[in-house]
Amino acid sequence: MSKNFPFIKIKIQNEDFDVSDEIKNLHQNNTGAIVNFIGVVRGYDEKNNQIINSMTLEHYPGMTESEIEKIVFESSQRWELTGVTVIHRVGNLKPSDQIVFVCVSSKHRQNAFDGCNFIMDWLKTKAPFWKVEENNNKKNWVSFNENDNQALKKWQK
Amino acid sequence: MIIKYFSWIKEHVGKSEELIVLPDHINNVNELINYLNELDKKYSLILEKKNLIKIAVNKTYSSFDTNISNNDEIAFFPPVTGG
Repeated sequence: MSKNFPFIKIKIQNEDFDVSDEIKNLHQNNTGAIVNFIGVVRGYDEKNNQIINSMTLEHYPGMTESEIEKIVFESSQRWELTGVTVIHRVGNLKPSDQIVFVCVSSKHRQNAFDGCNFIMDWLKTKAPFWKVEENNNKKNWVSFNENDNQALKKWQK
Repeated sequence: MIIKYFSWIKEHVGKSEELIVLPDHINNVNELINYLNELDKKYSLILEKKNLIKIAVNKTYSSFDTNISNNDEIAFFPPVTGG
């Protein structure tokens, strides 16, 4: 059942990432489809009706990586994938900065679409990251969105 | 034992981590929370928000009745908001 991964990359970093470079890394002989998701910082908080000047992300070093590894492993058990890259930034970010990148490759497109969607849904609910939005001198810890829990239901076996 | 706090719990407690010597009679996370609450009222937030707060023991998701020992690393954090 377990499939071989020729390529897995999981990184938590302060620096930005180059989407084009990361996608190129997943071009392999056994790959016919590459799907990616990019999360970016919104400049407006709809819930609290205010502008966001910046956002700071913190994580739990060690646990965050291992939770993402578990999610990636589970995706590799469910679908035949040829590669997975997950990059998540931490630290202070500005509106329209890139936050997260999930890129999944496979022989045929459906596995890559499903794998990418699955990894993002689980990352949102399990990987220990916390966002605080900053607006002038005010700080607002972002609260968990219950819709993210609902999104997991589609993956129940 | 190392105890770590994240996000608004860290801000409330006033530190990101601390080292404590776990008393012999404390056997699980629940008992640890009650013990901390007796030490200082700043920890009462963990008790009050018990239904919301997540727990990790040695960097693995755990529950309030997970057994713990003095060599463990415990973390208290709010539901995650990454991505």
